[in-house]
Amino acid sequence: MDALDLARWQFGVTTVYHFLFVPLTIGLGIFVAGLQTAWHRTGNEQYLKLTKFFGKLFLINFAMGVVTGIVQEFQFGMNWSEYSTFVGDVFGAPLAMEALLAFFMESTFLGLWIFGWDRLPKRVHLATIWAAAIGSNLSAYFILAANAWMKHPVGYEVVDGKARMTDLWAVLTNSTALAQVPHVIAGSFVVAGGFVLAVCGYWLLRTRAEMWRRAARAALVMTAIAGAVVAGTGDHSAKLMYEQQPMKLAAAEGLERDTEGAAFSVVPGLEIPKLLSFLSTNDLEAPVQGTEDLQRRFEQQFGPGDYRPDGTVVFWSFRVMIVFGLATVGLSVLGLWLTRRRREFPAWLSRAMLLALPLPLIAVIAGWLLSEIGRQPWTVAGELLTASSVSPGVSLAEVATSLTIFTLLYGALAVAETVLLARHVRKGAEEQAPVQAAEAPREPSLMY
Amino acid sequence: MIELWFAIIAFLWTGYFVLEGFDFGVGMLAPLVSRNATEQRASLQTIGPVWDGNEVWLITAVGAMFAAFPAWYAGVFSTFYLPVTLILVGLIVRGVGLEWRGKVDNPLWCDLGIVVGSALPAFLWGSVFADLLFNNALAAVVGGVFTLAVCALHGAVFLALKTTGPVRRRARVAALIAGGVTIPVAVAALSSLGTIPALVSMAALAAATALIWRRREGWAFAATAASIVLATLAVFMELRVRPLPGLTLVEAASASYTLGMLTWIGLIALPFVLVYQGWTYWVFRKRVLVAGS
Repeated sequence: MDALDLARWQFGVTTVYHFLFVPLTIGLGIFVAGLQTAWHRTGNEQYLKLTKFFGKLFLINFAMGVVTGIVQEFQFGMNWSEYSTFVGDVFGAPLAMEALLAFFMESTFLGLWIFGWDRLPKRVHLATIWAAAIGSNLSAYFILAANAWMKHPVGYEVVDGKARMTDLWAVLTNSTALAQVPHVIAGSFVVAGGFVLAVCGYWLLRTRAEMWRRAARAALVMTAIAGAVVAGTGDHSAKLMYEQQPMKLAAAEGLERDTEGAAFSVVPGLEIPKLLSFLSTNDLEAPVQGTEDLQRRFEQQFGPGDYRPDGTVVFWSFRVMIVFGLATVGLSVLGLWLTRRRREFPAWLSRAMLLALPLPLIAVIAGWLLSEIGRQPWTVAGELLTASSVSPGVSLAEVATSLTIFTLLYGALAVAETVLLARHVRKGAEEQAPVQAAEAPREPSLMY
Repeated sequence: MIELWFAIIAFLWTGYFVLEGFDFGVGMLAPLVSRNATEQRASLQTIGPVWDGNEVWLITAVGAMFAAFPAWYAGVFSTFYLPVTLILVGLIVRGVGLEWRGKVDNPLWCDLGIVVGSALPAFLWGSVFADLLFNNALAAVVGGVFTLAVCALHGAVFLALKTTGPVRRRARVAALIAGGVTIPVAVAALSSLGTIPALVSMAALAAATALIWRRREGWAFAATAASIVLATLAVFMELRVRPLPGLTLVEAASASYTLGMLTWIGLIALPFVLVYQGWTYWVFRKRVLVAGS
């Protein structure tokens, strides 16, 4: 165990943890904005109650997304100073843009939304939640553009051992980013839709209130549509991976040798002939490169070393992502069909909807494991190895200390957040006070 | 271009210290100026709508350092590894404390998180910058105490400005005490810099204390804000040539293409940010009325 291992663990722990909250924030923000819009248009009080109910759950979760995100920004400098120095010129730009164009908008307008219920005109107040929700989606775009650059670096040249940006537009319209953005954002909508479904399922088991039916139907629609987008963009991503990250594709399939008409292995030992070639290229006979042959070619290109990612993790995370993701989408399509034309939600469906909370969360985490472990041993594909990215001056003890602190803190906060969310779900939406009004004593118009 | 980006980063850090400075102060002092739950809630409500937006100044400052001076960014945060870890811990517990306290039955843990999470970064940022300048443990402690005291003063003045009744009265007392502590510490921390902004910054602190005494809270807040602006300016003037020991600004900088692109983006985006953040302060410009006062 050395500082590099611990730094990698720290990155894994903090990133996975951060990404438990982010998709919920991204999707739930839009969902709450949609509910408030529905209230604004119809004047139906049920939508107002739902807005405040889900708004509160959104805020509890938003706090975690923010505070875990700030660790990410510092971590590159703290643990990965060689990486930061090498790529800052290119990678820093989308990060700075995220802060300037998305974070300011998100947090400022969210503050206005929370405290502005009785202070802003209705229409303006509605606009603030939309601005906040759009801000968090925008921030996903910039982060994914930065992340995609690590897997498929474009718009740069290496000068004096450092990456220099030559084309910002190329970085922002990287084909990998353009594939990842809709995939991840739609995945976030599935996570948020699943969260809403689970909450509605809990309530539909207890009451037949029209309000929960409405919310559940909206979430079913959101999850089904977003699920279709996830599947479509996932297919597109696989085709890009074939071109840009053949090693990841081979590892995800456990394919060792270059093969024409490669089979898709469902689980080890169960294969569907030619499907992998077809999924990768739309051509049944196309050649697919295997890990061992790629390893040999990479050694010729980059010198001695092991260029294969952890095959087991990549193989299984790929399958978990697909199965758990499809299960959620299947559930929502089924739910839409069963509840068509104002049919009641059967009790077993409401119960099954509780699963819609963990399933897509596990799927998105597996997706990130596939994506990030699959690109090892590179931090920047073909340019910089993970082993060369770590901070040279940071000791094992320092990384161990911060890893321990963050892990313990994150564990405690996870428990607290779960308890808090569960308690607010149980309280229900009937007695929703304005989100902050209980705390906001009315002011006389006193000026200073 | 390099100088311009150094100035922009100095500006972002200044914005961060001025804005989050007062919400650190409010976070630390809220339990001291409040005698009951209602007052505590009202005290924290003065920063409720704005603290998160204030913190984005830090995220932007650090993001801009990463983009414009990668080696500086990497050097600072890997050098000050443990202090930065503790700053992050502080910002985490404070953030969840502020967001969650209205949603739990017993906010004691949240309040603890807010106090610790406000005091810890307020102290540590000062000691990190002092250590960056002087590379000396004593200087780091003095620098930390200085920023802690200034944040307390700035926050107390803000509380006095934004509340009514007993909270306002206690906040004024807190500000006077904080002023009394801050001025000698400021002399110790800033006199070694010796530049004009550093000297004027000290004078502004004295002026702020006097203005609070005369109940001119708005002007006192302007004075503490000016003091923080000048102190930050003094620090960045010192860092201008060598932002990190052994590293020149030019060596640390990104290429001119990146800096040029960032300049355009900043020129387009920053005015919007300033306008809508300014608007937030305008929307919540009224004093928070403390119930029963």
